[in-house]
Amino acid sequence: MMWLSANESQALTLSLSVAARSVLLSLPFAVLLAWVLTRRQFVGRTVLDAFVHLPLVLPPVVIGYLLLLLFGTRGPIGGWLERAFGIELIFTRNGAALATAVMSFPLMVRAMRISLENVDRGLEDAARTLGAGAMDRFATITLPLMLPGVLAGAVTAFSAALGEFGAVITFVSNIPGETRTLPLALYSALQTPGGDAAAARLAVISCILGLGGLLLSEWFARRVRRMLGA
Amino acid sequence: MLQVAAQKRRGAFALDAQFELPTPGVVALFGRSGCGKSTLVNVIAGLLKADSGWVALDDAVLLDTALRIDVLPERRRIGYVFQDARLFPHLSVAANLRYGQRRAQVPPFVGIDLVADLLDLGALMSRRTHQLSGGERQRVAIGRALLSQPNLLLLDEPLASLDASRREEVLPYLEILRDQLSIPMVYVSHDFDEVLRLATHLVLMESGKTIAQGNLSEMSLNPGVRAIIGADAVGAIVESTVIGRDPASGLLRVQVGHGELKVHFGHAANGAKLRVQLLARDLIVATQAPQHLSVRNTLSGAVTAVMSDDEDSDLIGIDIGGTIIMARVTKAATRELGLAPGLPVWALVKTVSLRPHPI
Repeated sequence: MMWLSANESQALTLSLSVAARSVLLSLPFAVLLAWVLTRRQFVGRTVLDAFVHLPLVLPPVVIGYLLLLLFGTRGPIGGWLERAFGIELIFTRNGAALATAVMSFPLMVRAMRISLENVDRGLEDAARTLGAGAMDRFATITLPLMLPGVLAGAVTAFSAALGEFGAVITFVSNIPGETRTLPLALYSALQTPGGDAAAARLAVISCILGLGGLLLSEWFARRVRRMLGA
Repeated sequence: MLQVAAQKRRGAFALDAQFELPTPGVVALFGRSGCGKSTLVNVIAGLLKADSGWVALDDAVLLDTALRIDVLPERRRIGYVFQDARLFPHLSVAANLRYGQRRAQVPPFVGIDLVADLLDLGALMSRRTHQLSGGERQRVAIGRALLSQPNLLLLDEPLASLDASRREEVLPYLEILRDQLSIPMVYVSHDFDEVLRLATHLVLMESGKTIAQGNLSEMSLNPGVRAIIGADAVGAIVESTVIGRDPASGLLRVQVGHGELKVHFGHAANGAKLRVQLLARDLIVATQAPQHLSVRNTLSGAVTAVMSDDEDSDLIGIDIGGTIIMARVTKAATRELGLAPGLPVWALVKTVSLRPHPI
């Protein structure tokens, strides 16, 4: 990437790496929650639904702050993770991935739910009469048929993760090479005297990245639809 | 023996059903749309929970709400052919067929080659399901159900979504299955022609209840069946035995009761059983032995009953030697001929109006 400066390419690769980690981290949980919220009737479903959507309506700073409380070195979960597995989240790119995962989680779950609601339950019944147990049915019928939604959710979440700012800067700060993703780099450039040109370049990179993501997701969706014979 | 009893309330609808089927055999659940046939089939499959019920196939109890036995649908070994086929759209025809076979809990007795052969699926194997016609979809669905090695096959109006010519693409295959595999079947239908061709037994349902049941011959005389299929389709379905071919006409001679009918039919060995439907509207009743008529078939017997069918006509039951047939005559004819139980009569029917089916 010779046409990018060292700082720009560092911010770009870091953004991509954080977004990829964030999507991989949230994907299994999102599938599970989409399934639970669509297919199960239980007390507290509405509350759980609202809880999942919370990051959409809360200021990102609040999410960052809550993550600090829970996942900080002295937080209940963060402390345990560090003691048990040696995983440090605060001021690390994994922490940035966690913050973006939480922020983009509702978008991911939403896309999957729409797709899951369109899966014909009659097909699951048919699989059942053919001898498929619950996990088997999910793996061989439900999941493949909701794949368009899973992919759409993953792409949306990935794009959102590239742009996450507030929760990241609050939770893991703005450390070059570790947590300074594209939007944070852009913000830093704006704060630096004479950084206008650098900021503009970063903005263009962000635009290209976003556009590429959208086109890629459309292409993906078309391929999957063709695969499913629709 | 398949034994089924089930009760279920759903809002205003109440299912209260009970029937038995000697195995192997094909029982038709027959009744108007919305009478609970599909609900009952779903209870048998285990896809729907009954409030109370009992389902047993031979020695295996699949459902007994009193003892809290409720075998999971995926363990019941019941094949289910749905009205809308329900092929898996993301899998090829071959993968659809193998889906149930892979999960069968017993050594396979129905192989993929046999199924492909019986149902003519060879050319479809590598196709995607959306490339199939309606008739092909149902054949694949039937094959998929068979390959799960079922002890019982449920068919819920498998032909209802097909037009008449497509039906003919599937019906003969169902006849072949009935004749070649000894898997008992429960066949849901509101089409009496399908029932006539496939079923050995009939369970009549009306607003959630099983109101009558028996073998097809008995049930063909049932007034409840008459109420659904209408005056023109009602008629005795009798079992007959092939006794030879008439050399002059080339027609097949079959024995019915102590009489004989001549029917249009292809090859059939002597002693083979044929099912013949004698439509009541096509029978002519005479009180003297007829002569000088073009009618090929004359059956002698005695009137067993005179039943008023509508304001103009009566249905006359005639015993032709252990077998009952039914004729529709006008009330005026009943009066003038003095038709009454015990009266010796002759029933006449044209060969062209007889519809023989192999059993």
